[in-house]
Amino acid sequence: MFRHGSRFLSRASTMRWRRPFSTDLPAEAYKDSNFVEAWRKAIPTVEPPSTPSAFMATRPATPSSIPSKLTVNFVLPYSSELSGKEVDMVIIPATTGQMGVLPGHVATIAELKPGILSIHEGNDVSKYFVSGGFAYVHANSFADIIAVEAVPLDLIDPNLVQKGLTDFTQKLSTASTDVEKAEAQIGVDVHSALNAALTG
Amino acid sequence: MAMAALRREGRRFATPLISPNPANVFRSSLIPSEEPVLSGVRCISTQVVRNRMKSVKNIQKITKAMKMVAASKLRAIQTRAENSRGLWQPFTALLGDTPSIDVKKNVIVTISADKGLCGGINSTSVKISRAMHKLNSGPDKENKYVVLGEKAKAQLVRDSKKDIELVMTELQKNPLNYTQVSVMADDILKNVEFDALRIVYNKFQSVVSFLPTVSTVLSPEVPKLKDLVVHYVSFYSESGGKLGDLDLYEIEGAETKAEVLQNLTEFQFSCMMYNAVLENATSEQGARMSAMDSSSRNAGDMLDRLTLTYNRTRQASITTELIEIISGASALEG
Repeated sequence: MFRHGSRFLSRASTMRWRRPFSTDLPAEAYKDSNFVEAWRKAIPTVEPPSTPSAFMATRPATPSSIPSKLTVNFVLPYSSELSGKEVDMVIIPATTGQMGVLPGHVATIAELKPGILSIHEGNDVSKYFVSGGFAYVHANSFADIIAVEAVPLDLIDPNLVQKGLTDFTQKLSTASTDVEKAEAQIGVDVHSALNAALTG
Repeated sequence: MAMAALRREGRRFATPLISPNPANVFRSSLIPSEEPVLSGVRCISTQVVRNRMKSVKNIQKITKAMKMVAASKLRAIQTRAENSRGLWQPFTALLGDTPSIDVKKNVIVTISADKGLCGGINSTSVKISRAMHKLNSGPDKENKYVVLGEKAKAQLVRDSKKDIELVMTELQKNPLNYTQVSVMADDILKNVEFDALRIVYNKFQSVVSFLPTVSTVLSPEVPKLKDLVVHYVSFYSESGGKLGDLDLYEIEGAETKAEVLQNLTEFQFSCMMYNAVLENATSEQGARMSAMDSSSRNAGDMLDRLTLTYNRTRQASITTELIEIISGASALEG
């Protein structure tokens, strides 16, 4: 009776696995023709390997007029928070200060510091606390934000932040070695940024 | 542990007691006069087959268990790999994808698994790495390997031991996370001099298909890095309009542009590595699952064949005995 059970199971599972990932591209992939040619010449027996660009969507060229929306990709190591989402504005915590990005912003590479990233979409504003990373704004009104860690602001407990802040300030004053000092300094920086984010 | 058991079974399998052609064993035991040792012991042949059936059954149990384990691990790691796929895309969009770049010091980062029994993924990584080595070799050029994982190490040590700069193993002892991978990436960056890092791994596509992939990360000192950005135009937009090179980007952050570029490429490397390691781990589990699936199936087939032979031999010996008795009786009567 159960003889065919495994077959059904495996069919169901392969069906699930066949489904391509949402980030994957359909068919026509870009390949570096120089690379493929050089490879075919040097190593005719092995198929040339894929390269990352084969797996990502091509992006549009810079339009002549400024688009009304900004396309944002916001990624973390463990998830893609936003992918290709069209918003009105983002405010990025760059090391040089908060940086507002609207469509048509000049192309920029910015390092991030711990702080608030806010994404404005109509009347909705979603705020994240990011720990650091990079942000690129491209000339075609695309913005890529890469952070190592980010949490929505409403998930942070203010009491723990206060406690952490006092802890690390204490550690900073008692630190003896350079390493300890640097670690305590990072702790103080992060917690005071969190504190500022929560109160301000 | 399971693998040790499998090896043990395999050895038992290969004992010289069993001749390569089992049919011979049966025939010789059916004619006792030819084998003085076996004379009078009719059931010895079935005994051998029974033992073999038992060991095949054990192997099948092990491979089935390994398949189950791989399937459950696969499910966990597949989601993580899927979620990490967004991570490297901004870097490729900014710095381009430059597999054909010609630089002096190439470092090939080969990612493989620590354990075997997972189909061809480890040898694919090694094959592609060797090919990359060949492709980029030439006078006054330097190629080095950084090897991740026990299996690629075992294969590369054989012929290119002098080129191996760094070996890292037991990556998957703990579940992979970004912190761990970035520490490892940092280790590589500190200990290896490079103009271009080429990460070779298997990208997971489905349980049965993996795409060998090469990601390139350039050192910030490569003078071409700037010009390069112009080259990937065709990739960037279908209409061919270029977005311009890095000079067109305003840079906010550290004191100098070089510093920012340094940070950028280091971050790029850790992100690329994170995705690559996860993809490869996913491919490993997928490949192991399908390999174990087919070996359980093979063991099942073998078991069927052995059962058939066993029953047939048993029946034949019964028939022979009956014929002997009947012919003996009829001889007495006649």
